[in-house]
Amino acid sequence: MAERDVVRLGGGQGFWGDDLDAPVRMVEGGPLDYLMLDYLAEVTMSILRKLRNRDPSAGYARDFVTLMERIWPTCVERSVRVIANAGGINPRGCADALEDVGREVGVAGKARIGLVRGDDLIPHLEELLDAGHDMAHLETGAPLSSIVDRVRSANAYLGAGPVVEALRQGADVVVTGRVADPALAAAPLIHEHDWAMDDHDRMAAAVLAGHVVECGAQSTGGNCMAEWWSIPRLDIAGFPVVEVEPSGAFTVTKHPGSGGRVDRATVSEQIVYEIGDPRRVITPDVVADFTTIRLTDQGGDRVRLEGIRGAPPTDSYKVSVAYAAGWTAAGTLLYTWPDALQKARAADVVLRRRFDRLGLRLDAVHTELVGWNAGHGPLAGDPPTDAPEVQLRVAVRSTHRASVERFSREMAPLVLTGPPSVTGYAGGRARVQEIMAYWPALIPKQAVDPHVRVEVRLV
Amino acid sequence: MTRVRLVQLAHARSGDKGDSANIGVVAYDETLYPLLVEQVSAERVKEHFGTWVTGPVTRYELPNLCALNFVLRGALDGGGTVSLRTDAQGKVLSAALLRMEIEVPDDVAARTAGWGRVPEGWTPEES
Repeated sequence: MAERDVVRLGGGQGFWGDDLDAPVRMVEGGPLDYLMLDYLAEVTMSILRKLRNRDPSAGYARDFVTLMERIWPTCVERSVRVIANAGGINPRGCADALEDVGREVGVAGKARIGLVRGDDLIPHLEELLDAGHDMAHLETGAPLSSIVDRVRSANAYLGAGPVVEALRQGADVVVTGRVADPALAAAPLIHEHDWAMDDHDRMAAAVLAGHVVECGAQSTGGNCMAEWWSIPRLDIAGFPVVEVEPSGAFTVTKHPGSGGRVDRATVSEQIVYEIGDPRRVITPDVVADFTTIRLTDQGGDRVRLEGIRGAPPTDSYKVSVAYAAGWTAAGTLLYTWPDALQKARAADVVLRRRFDRLGLRLDAVHTELVGWNAGHGPLAGDPPTDAPEVQLRVAVRSTHRASVERFSREMAPLVLTGPPSVTGYAGGRARVQEIMAYWPALIPKQAVDPHVRVEVRLV
Repeated sequence: MTRVRLVQLAHARSGDKGDSANIGVVAYDETLYPLLVEQVSAERVKEHFGTWVTGPVTRYELPNLCALNFVLRGALDGGGTVSLRTDAQGKVLSAALLRMEIEVPDDVAARTAGWGRVPEGWTPEES
């Protein structure tokens, strides 16, 4: 493959629910070679599993298919290739739906869909446990067998390899299930620059580029504390574009004319986002050392990152398991002046006495006074004096479903049977939801790799 | 020396992993970074969060970015999907950390006065 000078990679979706128009602005608003879209948070897989149990053709991010309907012709015209983990627990279903949409929007014969599968461990979970892979909880050390009957999803975070393979086979749109977020973005860089997977420094550069784009506008001025009030036009925020050179050095920028900001502060905040030990940022393809990054703010919404070093990857994939862990509900009521805070506190006492009287089996009850301590808890300091209003929010959890159901009917009566000047109950009863708890674990790569499949098909 | 809140010297971002949260703290410039290294220790951060964080706090240094990274275990009442808190994913723990007060030389306090806070007279339409 001919080596390019610079590969332009953009992040167009930081999570499922992000700005629906951002990917459109990314493909139309300036030069771009690859668009990476992240749809899967930790909890998403278990939700998708629930959807698929009801409808076998579901279980993927439907929004992605709708998006491709809008942008695919432009992507073909401008040679923008798309990589998305929108496949969820049904990447094949997603690819099938995509193929139908491709025909409708006239890209038949002009585009190839790549499909990466094998991250889903549910089909061979018993076999893996029998083979001695205990998938112990990374924090508590408990074996997965202790909750195996409650497991709803289990996925390995695959590396860049299978995505690179799909690109090598000519895929223009790659759909995956669970792949480590930075690996999704690293794959096109590895492919275009023909980097060796054991070139650890370049793998680290690729992973860093992925980390910078994977959360969308979080690197271009969104959710940034540094002089946030002066960051322009977040209504048309430019999402991040990295211009990656063959050496692995790259420049973070955004499309001309877009809102937001790229500078030392916005990029630094994203680099330190959701990391542990910065010397050992562990991904499936490399262990990157973030303390070796050299950052230069070049002005004009351009920040250059270079010099990052990497070490060989570990022998394991991270596994994310979701398991059913009881029930939860939360309810709110608004109390107003005078003495709003005192009324809300009195209502909380009434509620808790009711719980005791009813003998509710609640494992935890949490009270927040929104407007004072919901965000910062005990760090919020002294209560506001003479607050105009305070929202009482009470949340509970329990393994005993009936107790949570009963709790959900206990907030509304406070309107007539509690302290006065209360409103905001029109939303109805607190919704009871099943808790999907998160179980992080490791599994040897060699136990997963034989199940990984890459397919490429012409639309 | 003058006591100032950390919000005047640094910006921060926090996120979750299971029941742990991390807070990346970035100094506004390289002259302020040594003050953070000296005073914003893991012990002080643990003390600052009190009962809101039940596990240990670990600190890592990124001098190349003038940044510190704190990992707080037991920070999220059981983690993203289990937690009963509005802030189940620890998104505003970063701002909570910036409430901390540290001692800085008088000239630093004077130079950074008002940093991190919206200027007087600002309106939302300005951005």
